[in-house]
Amino acid sequence: MENGTVITQSDELIQSKPEKVKTPLSEFWRKFKKQKMAMVAATFVLLLIIVALIGPFIAPYSATEPDYDNILSPPSLEHLAGTDAFGRDIFSRIIEGTSISLYVGLTSVFIGAVIGTVLGLLSGYYGGRLDSIIMRICDVLFAFPGILLAIGIIAILGPGLENVIIAVAVFGIPTFARIVRSSTLSIKESVYVESAISIGAPARRIIWKHIFPGTLSSIIVYFTMRIGTSILTAASLSFLGLGAQPPSPEWGAMLSSGRDFLNSAPHVTFFPGLAIFLTVLAFNLLGDGLRDALDPKMKD
Amino acid sequence: MFRFIVKRLFGIIPTLLIVSILVFLFVHMIPGDPARLVAGPDASYEDVELVRQDLGLDKPLVTQYFTYMSGLFQGDLGTSMKTKRPVFDEIADRFMPTFWLTIWSMVWAIIFGLLIGVISATKRNKWQDYTGMFTAVSGISLPSFWLGLMLIQLFSVQLGWFPTGGNDSWTSYILPSITLGAGVAAVIARFTRSSLMDILREDYIRTGRAKGLKENIVVWKHALKNAMIPVVTMTGLQFGFLLGGSIVVETVFSWPGLGRLLIDSVSYRDYPVIQAELLLFAFEFILINLIVDVLYGIMNPQIRY
Repeated sequence: MENGTVITQSDELIQSKPEKVKTPLSEFWRKFKKQKMAMVAATFVLLLIIVALIGPFIAPYSATEPDYDNILSPPSLEHLAGTDAFGRDIFSRIIEGTSISLYVGLTSVFIGAVIGTVLGLLSGYYGGRLDSIIMRICDVLFAFPGILLAIGIIAILGPGLENVIIAVAVFGIPTFARIVRSSTLSIKESVYVESAISIGAPARRIIWKHIFPGTLSSIIVYFTMRIGTSILTAASLSFLGLGAQPPSPEWGAMLSSGRDFLNSAPHVTFFPGLAIFLTVLAFNLLGDGLRDALDPKMKD
Repeated sequence: MFRFIVKRLFGIIPTLLIVSILVFLFVHMIPGDPARLVAGPDASYEDVELVRQDLGLDKPLVTQYFTYMSGLFQGDLGTSMKTKRPVFDEIADRFMPTFWLTIWSMVWAIIFGLLIGVISATKRNKWQDYTGMFTAVSGISLPSFWLGLMLIQLFSVQLGWFPTGGNDSWTSYILPSITLGAGVAAVIARFTRSSLMDILREDYIRTGRAKGLKENIVVWKHALKNAMIPVVTMTGLQFGFLLGGSIVVETVFSWPGLGRLLIDSVSYRDYPVIQAELLLFAFEFILINLIVDVLYGIMNPQIRY
């Protein structure tokens, strides 16, 4: 009965303005494209993805082949970012390293987001004992500040890029779980979820069809912001010697190998660091833009 | 209030217990035989077994856990496998340098963060706001190891103003603490801005302005007081970030602190030190969160326990 009324009302709403239907997506795009910084960032991220995909084909030099005639030469027209201690072109190495950083950032956040979201949905929907167990696990994971948890995990698994992904993913689980849990709790109180429960819809259907879509916007915003942090954490771990190992053109590892020549050849550390900085900045600006466009509380 | 503090104190006990069990298991999952590591590569099978008995590693895990915990309460954290010194001494030596580094970073972060945040909020959508917020998001995105190395290159190598590393004098604190504090300053700036902007929309602010108070008094005295409540919470939580960040910054500046000790012990698999450090960092962080919670209650008169 009540459901029927709701449908007719929304039908009327749509019919009253037939010329321009406001879908959530068009509404989002209208708000998002107003933000110039976020648009620039989105373009840059797109560019990074393209570079990551076709990197080896556009790099002017080989990323791994040493050239002993050109050791530590400063930036020039021939070598835009100079060469490293093995004479390898740093610009080419940065281009080839793009796919590593994006891969690590995206996969680790994705794994953390999936596990965290499932935990958050279960915790928020069922409440009770399950909720307190899941939240206690999150408390424990939260008890390790910063990259400490990641370092602890790498201490067990050993150094390496794959283990960095696992470590950074675990590090993201509790935050996703909390965010999803809190939006689950508020959506659970809404009338449409209450009515779905009252007509006896199974829990799995309610969670996936009615609650999960509502939590999606906060997941997307946090997901984007998290990519920047993850790339930064992964690069830090590689810098500390716990992640990607030296011959690999991973940016953090490249930077670390340049430390010994900081006085004579600062460009070896400067350019990989700049690449990390710009990439993380782009994801953070994009995340800010998404938040402002998706958050219903933000007025324009 | 007192009851609240006691309640929260008891509340952290289960978390502490689980953390200690987790760290204990963690460290026991590190591959490699610790008895073999201690005994050395040339030791005979019998020697390794003797060391195993000596370290109590032949006992069941539960017993080992209780032995470790009872040692912990007596200040006995085991012996470092690398230096053969008590882990307690190793950590005690490194504690103060990290402590002061963290405090100084926080001082910078609060000064710059508040300043940028207040300016951005009061000059909303003007160039000051855009500059401030762009600086802040850049601060969050800066890899601290890169910032540190660039600061060393500029101020130590080129200009020779500060030492490149170590902690021999007060000047050696400046570059590492700026490096470590930059990210936190950025977070505080963003948080102060949004919190202050919310408060500046309140009726009592309009009343203050309407009765002719100077804008400076309205902002710094009336608005900031309330705007600070969430900022204090956020700032307190950033201490955890500093603890983690110190690991990287200490490596860059050859700082003789806990962070570098941890990295050294991870590469050496010095598991008693790793275990003690993980516990210490986690305990510190839980304690800071508790203090933040209590402060929040004291500062916010709307909360009564």
